[in-house]
Amino acid sequence: MSERRLPPVTQVGMLSLALIVAGGIYLAAHLPHQVPLTPAILLLGASALLLGGNLAALARVQGFPWGRFFEIARWALLAYVVVAGMIEYSFLRDHVSGGALVVLTLSLVVFAVHVPVLIGFTVARYDTEESNTGGMPA
Amino acid sequence: MERPDFEIVPRVGLVIVAVVLALLIAAIAVNELWPLAFLHFVGGAAWTIIDLFLGFVLGPILGSLSIPARIELTTRLMPKMVLIMPTVVTVTLAAGWQLGNHLGTVQSSYYLHGWTVASYIVVGIMAVIALGLLEPANVAVLVELKKPRPNPQVIERLMKRFIYTAGATGAMQIATLVIMAKLTVG
Repeated sequence: MSERRLPPVTQVGMLSLALIVAGGIYLAAHLPHQVPLTPAILLLGASALLLGGNLAALARVQGFPWGRFFEIARWALLAYVVVAGMIEYSFLRDHVSGGALVVLTLSLVVFAVHVPVLIGFTVARYDTEESNTGGMPA
Repeated sequence: MERPDFEIVPRVGLVIVAVVLALLIAAIAVNELWPLAFLHFVGGAAWTIIDLFLGFVLGPILGSLSIPARIELTTRLMPKMVLIMPTVVTVTLAAGWQLGNHLGTVQSSYYLHGWTVASYIVVGIMAVIALGLLEPANVAVLVELKKPRPNPQVIERLMKRFIYTAGATGAMQIATLVIMAKLTVG
């Protein structure tokens, strides 16, 4: 099975998601008290940087099947926007407000973008001309 | 390689998912104890059982099947998993969070707060594994199977990843069961 040389998108993506989760746990573990938002903001910033780095690294891959990537990622994005929307609704229902709401909402944005990137990447990395055209024996 | 025709995302299943999510929104909106507890318990039980069953029962069986049988089982199982797992996880976590708010178990003043935080950590690790490895593998294997000439090596690699990660999260579910039992009885 021949494979393209690709950046470690899955590993970086999982680290980014882990940082988001850590920020969420930090905030949730202190409810209902107000806690310094700095650790959560730093975790969110690092996670967003990893997302940006992942996209930049992918953009530099020669011959990456972007058609297949976007075909899958856009539907996954739709699904995860719905999931993120439901979590956001839960925050609003529980009267989360102020800086905590901003950090949690931005965390959901990173989550809702990064998961579809991981799904699109995993599908696209195995996209070969042989399997799509049937020109080579499987 | 012969394989039955299938939909990557079953359209009928989308209707069921929409109904379940509507019930979840209604349960959160009314914020009553029993609908929240019902959704959290049903979702949590389904999540735990599916993970354990996939990882420790179906996984080894799948590995011992012939390639055509494996492909046939995969094309029937995986489209359902694409819808079932994200729905079950979303319902369990959203209803569980709201239930915790209702009961006060998510408050830092709760006397078993350490156990609650431990549950966040276990669920957080499971979520990262599921979102980063399991779900992408699920979708990728279905897209591969839809191709004119699917690559059996790719399917085998992705199915191994799916089954192993389901097994790993299944093992972590045991930790969740221990924590939830403790939170229930105090």
